[in-house]
Amino acid sequence: MANKAIVGEKVGMTQVWDEDNSVIPVTVLRIRPNRVVRVKTTERDGYSALQVTFGEKDEQKLTKPEAGHFSSNGVDAGVKLVELRLDSVDGYEVGQELTVETLSENLRVDVTSVSKGKGFAGAMKRHGFKGQRASHGAHKVHRKPGAVGQCATPSRIFKGKKLPGRMGNQKTTILNLQVVQADTEKELLLIKGSVPGPNGSTVLIRDAVKGAV
Amino acid sequence: MKSTDLVDQLSQRDDLPDFDAGDTLKVHVRVVEGNRERVQVFEGVVISRRGSGIAESFTVRKLSFGVGVERTFPMHSPIIEKIERVTRGDVRRAKLYYLRDRIGKKAKIREKRED
Repeated sequence: MANKAIVGEKVGMTQVWDEDNSVIPVTVLRIRPNRVVRVKTTERDGYSALQVTFGEKDEQKLTKPEAGHFSSNGVDAGVKLVELRLDSVDGYEVGQELTVETLSENLRVDVTSVSKGKGFAGAMKRHGFKGQRASHGAHKVHRKPGAVGQCATPSRIFKGKKLPGRMGNQKTTILNLQVVQADTEKELLLIKGSVPGPNGSTVLIRDAVKGAV
Repeated sequence: MKSTDLVDQLSQRDDLPDFDAGDTLKVHVRVVEGNRERVQVFEGVVISRRGSGIAESFTVRKLSFGVGVERTFPMHSPIIEKIERVTRGDVRRAKLYYLRDRIGKKAKIREKRED
């Protein structure tokens, strides 16, 4: 598990130039200061994590349970409550603020977010099947998956068979992305490459758990 | 305003002249050789300008010893030291890819009359 983590929002993609004057494609993430609402420990909760919030939410729009949770911990209400799983929560306390500074340049990070929903997708799009031929007698089967099993034995389709179905809208983690820039002043984090999900989606960032490749 | 403008502003340049397809440009390019840096001039006709914002790019075509050479530059690239506009071309389209199939007098672009 991770040693440090933070939550932010995806802003969009653009490009920057590095010192060799070549273009780096980057995803811009907006990291507003994270406020620790609760510290979860192994002894008490069975796992260690930080429950954090960020941004501001109108007090009138809070539900009673939310309002109570924030006020009993003495933290200003935020737009979302997110849990950041960490190896150890020593040194963290309720009310503490985490900023982009947590992540430095050239650090490798893992990014978790919910990917864009694609709806009901066919086998070609969903699983990368090749589809079938365009001509030579192919009739209305160009994008179909083809045969899905055997005959009288086993006379069923094996579990886990790749078939058309709902695609995307799933929690997705991309490992070992490189931090290009961490801008504390603008509360922005630039990460090389793409990040799952639409612009404006909530994104979890932690330091790479599998080590840089 | 685009949502990534905060980042784009930093690398966007405002020192470039206004030019379009058909114009002849002198592009002063920074070239790094070992640890020495010098400026090379690439002079030719702009045959295309594409994209917008920070990702905009343009293509310059020239004839070098009878061989057509095209180079595409990102508009806001730091390797461009400066751009000089030599002439304005009188053309009817935005992409001049037809120049690739033409040689000699046919590949010439009329100069725009400034009235």
